[in-house]
Amino acid sequence: MSDHMQLFEVFIRSRRGLDHKHVGSLHAEDHAQALEYARDVYTRRSEGVSIWVVNSSDIVASQEEDCDSFYDPLDDKPYRHATHYKLPAEVDNM
Amino acid sequence: MANTQTAEQLEQTFQQRIDAEDKIEPKDWMPDKYRKNLIRQMSQHAHSEVIGMQPEGNWITRAPSLHRKAVLLAKVQDEGGHGLYLYSSAETLGISREELTESLHNGSAKYASIFNYPTLTWADIGAIGWLVDGAAIVNQVSLQRTSYGPYARGMVRICKEESFHQRQGYHIMMTLAKGSDAQKEMAQDAVNRFWWPSLMMFGPHDADSVHSAQSMKWKIKRQSNDELRQKFVDQTVKQAQVIGLTLPDPDLAWNEESGHYDFGEIDWDEFKRSMTGGGPCSRQRVAHHVEAHEEGAWVRDAMTAYETKKRASKEQAA
Repeated sequence: MSDHMQLFEVFIRSRRGLDHKHVGSLHAEDHAQALEYARDVYTRRSEGVSIWVVNSSDIVASQEEDCDSFYDPLDDKPYRHATHYKLPAEVDNM
Repeated sequence: MANTQTAEQLEQTFQQRIDAEDKIEPKDWMPDKYRKNLIRQMSQHAHSEVIGMQPEGNWITRAPSLHRKAVLLAKVQDEGGHGLYLYSSAETLGISREELTESLHNGSAKYASIFNYPTLTWADIGAIGWLVDGAAIVNQVSLQRTSYGPYARGMVRICKEESFHQRQGYHIMMTLAKGSDAQKEMAQDAVNRFWWPSLMMFGPHDADSVHSAQSMKWKIKRQSNDELRQKFVDQTVKQAQVIGLTLPDPDLAWNEESGHYDFGEIDWDEFKRSMTGGGPCSRQRVAHHVEAHEEGAWVRDAMTAYETKKRASKEQAA
């Protein structure tokens, strides 16, 4: 039976104002069921005020091995960071 | 149950939530005016980020060193990213990107009037980073506590990145101020031209601000225009002194009693002129945006065509 069930990723907003955060995954027949299961599995201790469920197959992820081509150019740009600019002590809290 | 509530009850729950410092999230019920007010403010904010790329982009090819050029490129790239964060946050309110762009093009949406001034010298890039981004940060730090969740979260991200913008601008000014007489003069000239427009960025006086009272009640805005402007003046005076530049306001003076700097009156006619399309570069800024948008149409068309083709061949294979 579980062969047929789709995998869903579950995201929970713990409090208004915060981002939804990935908490885990589960199997369900459809979105509505996934939402109910997520409620039962992941929010038994009032962990959240809002749940997102997303088909795992809908998630497109970068791979860590792709780092070089994906992120490499960022490492040699220290000037993107505020700390790169040395300012006089009196105004350094800028 | 929620369906049976009257509009009045819904509005009451909404205001209670806000009074309790809870955030409003996209799928919550909200008064139509709250939604409209937010769309107006957030789109104006987004447009400012994107239009702001033009006066700065003007100096990318003429930056005085490879390092300054790389920094300026990175900064302008950030501004584009900030525009994107804000547009997507605004879209959670049910308006489309196309509508947002259209209202910038037809003039119904505004953007910060400061970007209607030209960048005449390299020092202007320093002044924009230090003063214009400095003023924007004061506003944005306050907006990290705005009542609409997606806007507040966007502000947190933006503030984190914005600090580098102000520091690089100040660093440019500091370097020029320590340079030759001509360089120092160039720095002072840029401050003279950008100081007043920077103060105007905070908008009209509280008493004259059309949207302020309601925005404060809904906690879209957390501090008033005049409060934020005062905060900016107070922090900037010292920064100018440290690098030996003066702010062009004869009325600027420390007020022992209030614990703040007093400053002169803003030329509000100039503000209105610049805001309503009469600024030195107003027409050019929007025309350039329209042109870039139209010239980019073939890229969007090509992407759609490619998607269609891909989908068709997938269907054929299936």
